[in-house]
Amino acid sequence: MTTKHVTPYLLVSPYLVHFAVFVAFPVVFSVILTFHDWNIIAPMQYVGGANYARVVQDRLFWQAIGNTLRFLVVHIPLQIGVALLLAELLNRTVRGAAFFRAAFFLPVIVSGVVVTILWQQLLGFNSGLLNRLLVGVGLGRVAWLDDAGVAMYSIAVMATWKNVGLYVILFLVGLQSVPVAYYEAADMEGATAWQKFRYITLPIINPTLFTVVVLSTISGFSLFIEPYIMTEGGPMNSTLSAVMYIYKQAFQYYNMGYSATLGVCFALIILFVVVLQRRFIEQEV
Amino acid sequence: MNRFLRYGLLTLAALSFVYPFVWMVSASLSSEGGLASLVLLPAGFTWANYTTVLSRIPLGRAFLNSAFVAIVTTGLVLVSGAMVGYALARLRFWGRDWIFYGIIFTMTLPFQITLIPNYITMVRLGWVDTYYALIVPFALNSLSILLFRQAFQGLPQALIDAARMDGAGELRIIFQILVPNILSTVLTITILTFMGLWNEALWPLIVIRDEPTMTMPQLVTLFSVGGRAEGQLGVKIAAAVMLAVPIVTMYLFFQRYFIQSMASSGLKD
Repeated sequence: MTTKHVTPYLLVSPYLVHFAVFVAFPVVFSVILTFHDWNIIAPMQYVGGANYARVVQDRLFWQAIGNTLRFLVVHIPLQIGVALLLAELLNRTVRGAAFFRAAFFLPVIVSGVVVTILWQQLLGFNSGLLNRLLVGVGLGRVAWLDDAGVAMYSIAVMATWKNVGLYVILFLVGLQSVPVAYYEAADMEGATAWQKFRYITLPIINPTLFTVVVLSTISGFSLFIEPYIMTEGGPMNSTLSAVMYIYKQAFQYYNMGYSATLGVCFALIILFVVVLQRRFIEQEV
Repeated sequence: MNRFLRYGLLTLAALSFVYPFVWMVSASLSSEGGLASLVLLPAGFTWANYTTVLSRIPLGRAFLNSAFVAIVTTGLVLVSGAMVGYALARLRFWGRDWIFYGIIFTMTLPFQITLIPNYITMVRLGWVDTYYALIVPFALNSLSILLFRQAFQGLPQALIDAARMDGAGELRIIFQILVPNILSTVLTITILTFMGLWNEALWPLIVIRDEPTMTMPQLVTLFSVGGRAEGQLGVKIAAAVMLAVPIVTMYLFFQRYFIQSMASSGLKD
């Protein structure tokens, strides 16, 4: 009966091969790369901790981190606020709920490439729809994509528009799990709307809240195609994202060792931020 | 909050998500001068934007590439996911828990770490500019294994025992006996995988430089940033519309499943 013992391993063999080639090897090789200089063609040069020292002093690395944080500062609260509001509205709506859900979800399924090309037209300085509307109501034009102090926030709003439909659904699942009796009891005690939200709704949707915060954070650090198409990282590197910077170092300058170091550092920062968020959110409620 | 206000807000929100897409289609069918219009009907109806894109970049070829890659890879994800998910759910063997932890580890691992080494692997294997580079790295994914595992755990053991009694092998048990009972999971994984692959732009940009092998999102991206659109908005938008149409069409038919699938993947993370 030896075949019986072999069968499970045959079944999981695709996983083992895939894990070895696309997970274990890259992680180990990444760490090795961080101690080397390599342009892929010439042999690797051992450089000790030089790549890490360079990261610490690299203005663009810190700017990419700063850009991501500026993205998240707008993206996360907006995402949560809009998603909660729409989920709350949908939660009390019976007729037409399916239609509204489907409409909110449309941008979620479409490629970021499409959404970015679309928003480029909406946000254009001279002929963009948004500026034309502003001018139409007697206000001035805003340089949504050409002002270094604004461009990243514009991208954050666009990313919210693209993803919020998913979070509406996630919050809706959470809200629907709140027993109606809780609210009825609270009404009899004369609780205000805010109190009901704070002490009944919030604790129950807290796991969803954490999911939304973490997914938004990860998507912030994964930003690539949006700033690549929209602004190519500009103006003045104000929309340079973490992944874009790795991509540049690897495929424009062929610094494989240094770009691997950037990858490792960004990954550690992501894990650090997520752990921090976990602690914060658990304490809050 | 009263009903009127609630429906008003919901309608406003729905419009803000749908109207820009409608505008996009209308703009792609307008002459360059008519682009300025905010209305829904194309101003100065013309197919010119589409004929211009198609004459500048091989978008038809890219469509076939995208479809081929997405269909083949989704098929492989289903087969590999079912095999591994079944073993994890239904068989006892040494190392099973380690595989489970490996999957969790893979899911939490930021892709920024593996991006560069994976590119180097492709170079070493000679897969740059081939379909292998687009298919093989995605032929198996952690989420689909977990979803299959969960679905298989919910099935009664009697189903498996009866099949074994009839002398069925494990592969027959998985694909002929069990999978037909969990078609909703199969549909979820199909939608998530297909959509992810159809929309993926970063990885193709890294491993494909050869235009006839490019996927649609990649080609549209390069067209849009590479100056070949020459500042003609209508042409850029037409390219974007062509990229969106296949997935939006699927969405119109399987809308409910798209939403359920995405929601289940979000909660799993």
